[in-house]
Amino acid sequence: MFGQEGALSILTFAPTIGALILAIFRFTSRADDQELIDRNSRHVALATTVVTLIGALFMLADFDSSNPGFQFVHEVTWLESIGLGYRMGVDGISILFVVLTAALMPICILASGAIKKRVADYMIAFLLLETMMIGVFTSLDLVMFYIFFEGGLIPMFLMIGVWGGANRIYAAMKFFLYTLLGSVLMLIAMIFMFQETGTTDITVLLQTEFGRDAQTWLWLAFFASFAVKMPMWPVHTWLPDAHVQAPTAGSVILAGVLLKMGGYGFLRFLLPMFPDASLYFAPLVYTLSVIGIIVTSLIAFRQTDIKKLIAYSSVAHMGFVTMGLFTMNEYGVQGAIYQMISHGVISSALFLCVGVIYDRMHTREIAFYGGLVHRMPVYAALFALFAMANVGLPGTSGFIGEIMTLVGAFQVNPWIAFFGTTGVILSAVYMLTVYRDVVFGEMTNPKLETIVDLNWTEIFILVSLAIGTLVLGLFSTLITDVTASSVDALINQYNAALSATAQ
Amino acid sequence: MNTANPIENIFLLAPEMLLAGGAMALLMLGVFTKGQGANRLISMLSIGLLIAAALAALFLTGDGGLVFDGAFVVDPMAVFAKVVIGTSAALALLLAMPYLESERLAKFEYQILLVLAVTGMAMMVSANDLISMYMGVELQSLALYVLAAFNRDSLRASEAGLKYFVLGALSSGLLLYGASLIYGFTGSTGFADIAIAVSGEYNVGAIVGMVFVICGLAFKISAAPFHMWTPDVYEGAPTPVTAFFATAPKFAAIVLLARVLMEPFGGMVDQWRDVVWILAVLSMGIGAFGALTQQNIKRLMAYSSISNMGYALVAIAAASTIGLWSLLVFMSIYVFSVIGTFSAVLSMRTREGMVEQIDDLAGIAQKNPGLGWSLTALMFSIGGLPFFVGFIGKFFVLYAAVESGLIILSVLAVLFSVVSAAYYLRVVRVMWFDEGEVEFVPASVSHYMITRIAGIASILTLPFVGWLIYNATTAGTALI
Repeated sequence: MFGQEGALSILTFAPTIGALILAIFRFTSRADDQELIDRNSRHVALATTVVTLIGALFMLADFDSSNPGFQFVHEVTWLESIGLGYRMGVDGISILFVVLTAALMPICILASGAIKKRVADYMIAFLLLETMMIGVFTSLDLVMFYIFFEGGLIPMFLMIGVWGGANRIYAAMKFFLYTLLGSVLMLIAMIFMFQETGTTDITVLLQTEFGRDAQTWLWLAFFASFAVKMPMWPVHTWLPDAHVQAPTAGSVILAGVLLKMGGYGFLRFLLPMFPDASLYFAPLVYTLSVIGIIVTSLIAFRQTDIKKLIAYSSVAHMGFVTMGLFTMNEYGVQGAIYQMISHGVISSALFLCVGVIYDRMHTREIAFYGGLVHRMPVYAALFALFAMANVGLPGTSGFIGEIMTLVGAFQVNPWIAFFGTTGVILSAVYMLTVYRDVVFGEMTNPKLETIVDLNWTEIFILVSLAIGTLVLGLFSTLITDVTASSVDALINQYNAALSATAQ
Repeated sequence: MNTANPIENIFLLAPEMLLAGGAMALLMLGVFTKGQGANRLISMLSIGLLIAAALAALFLTGDGGLVFDGAFVVDPMAVFAKVVIGTSAALALLLAMPYLESERLAKFEYQILLVLAVTGMAMMVSANDLISMYMGVELQSLALYVLAAFNRDSLRASEAGLKYFVLGALSSGLLLYGASLIYGFTGSTGFADIAIAVSGEYNVGAIVGMVFVICGLAFKISAAPFHMWTPDVYEGAPTPVTAFFATAPKFAAIVLLARVLMEPFGGMVDQWRDVVWILAVLSMGIGAFGALTQQNIKRLMAYSSISNMGYALVAIAAASTIGLWSLLVFMSIYVFSVIGTFSAVLSMRTREGMVEQIDDLAGIAQKNPGLGWSLTALMFSIGGLPFFVGFIGKFFVLYAAVESGLIILSVLAVLFSVVSAAYYLRVVRVMWFDEGEVEFVPASVSHYMITRIAGIASILTLPFVGWLIYNATTAGTALI
């Protein structure tokens, strides 16, 4: 199935087709049919995302993991006279993110039952967002990458702003402008690279060596964008606002996929294209990562809002990713990818757990809850699993990502690993505290008396994520086998470039 | 060039002759007929005339050449500009028809003045001599002054017209003074001769004259710090007039500015680049920050046009072939997006009449999704956000700037674009996030269609933008 030319493009734009179908029905139907449209739009969106997921899984099955290069490449001439092109392809680094995105989307659609107003618009925004996210991971052209990277802001902006919480407008504007400000500098850097090399083909640029001075500036410009997206301390402040105000499914996508774009950007651009600058700035990244891990963990501990707590915990976990990436050894980089995938599953599940009780009680205050285990035993069990996975308990996927990045960091400098490890301890502190406060103890709040346990949809969603967490926690080769050859190629090329400049 | 027969090839002048002759004929038609039907006929004929002029520029001018002893040039750049100007003016007139009728402003002078203004613009983009340049500019400006005050019973429109006239006259004075200095110090008014005269030693007088000419033209494109008239005129003038102001005259003036800087003063890039650099930064900055607090959508569009002219100036500052064609690409996309936006603004009509406040758009994305979604797309496109065709325009402007080594300018440009994103987003925010009570009456067919088509086109034309770029590259290489 995936032998054909263009299959990857079909996969990327399949959600757009779903969105277009919805939009056509939305615009051609009469006003009194809107309710019907709203009801059916859920089914259309679910069907589209499931089809996309099946397509992504087929692609994974067809993927040749021993080949470090790009596969399923699709090229169409577009503005070729000036060097731009439409190019798509995946390698071992990007394919898992595509699968992650495709897997999280049906879950998000299922978890959007609480959305009652403008459902069709919501689903259109979601499906368009899926195209943008998959496009980021599959585009092999700088300009296309930028278009997808920034284009994703628009549906997310609308999603936070229209379906978000009380302070949604502030959060939406901050999210959009903050990340846009980070990215525009990258645009200049991309144009500079385009102008230097005459092409925007990523496969060509990966083989290009830029001069040392140019590398420094290009590195900084790209870093500004990806560090904000990641987000790294101290440019993470948009994230808690956006997360708290976004609807549950929006938070899932933010944490599950959008944050991974930063990490993917590091892997695809910063490290292979600017190796000298990456080596030069690595201490800066380590420092920011370690500070980020410790500081945001401490901030998370002080939160009274569960969603905010998980948002800060996300920032801390992304610190492990940046730390691992810049070690540029096999453990560090593999671990960083592992940590990203695993965090995509775990943090999504945690946000869904918060969504479950928020839908019932319409508050996220930790103090409001307590003793939920008495009324919601199934929920308590699943929440416990994800809380433990977030702490990094062995047997869950969170453990493998953290231990691998820490081992990678240890090989570079034990002190980085030492300070990084405190993040694991601190995550246990805040995660266990919030779990105790919400789930255990006496049920003192009379309003909680009527709370009901998970319904079948919620059980299905959370159990599938739980299976994902455990499977990835026990069979780490599922991921490392796919990424291995591409990561090896990346590291070899990086070292070769460094030794070439050292001579 | 044959001096015995100055009009060697009559077809080179086909668009201008069509426009000028047609304007006279329509004037007669207007004088001798009466009533709503006649007015509509004149509108349709004028639109036909404008399209015919655009087609004539495209198909009748052949390989181009010089006319009137080199005072008038027809090259691919002029042809490209005439096509865009003719089409956008026709669209602006299409927008104006229902408005003028419903506002009881339907007088045939409107169409005549508009056609005459377009005649002026066609001369501007073909000017190859200081005198023909001035004639084009003045013909255009005088028609525009009257159009600004066309709603003569409205205090604001009269004020706008007067303000525009006084400041416009000042700028024409600057232009003339500069032209006379250039003539004095180079001994010629022809662009080709000036280019030869300034290519030698350092000519201070010509530089001073050139700066005056730049200032005069900066007024016409409303580049900061010569932008003061723009918000007031945009707000006061009738909305379809504003839609016209924001499109064709801007395009004509920027092409003229590019020609003046690249042809006669092409050798003095180092002298004028700093001037254009400062104009560009000021325009982008003032346009971006000035728009943040605006409540009136027409004023917002005024500041938006100031900042977009800043981007156009960035392309000129690049002073390269890429700069020129990116300028044409950027301006074409901008002009048609603005037409769509003003079509949406013209759709903002309640039972009580037109409304212009941004807050009146509250909740429109839900109440009137066609209008809301289209305006959203147009706002993002004018803001230059990815996935909209406006991004391509800005991208190539920045590409030209980086290619010419203007890194600081391009960094400033993208930083200001983030600030301007804030106010485009504000419009989107009002449309999507707020709830409003204002109910619009159904828009007229032309407004309805143009808004939707422009909105859809701002995304769907993205794969086909190569065609525009292909044509612009041919046009852009004409000057070097």
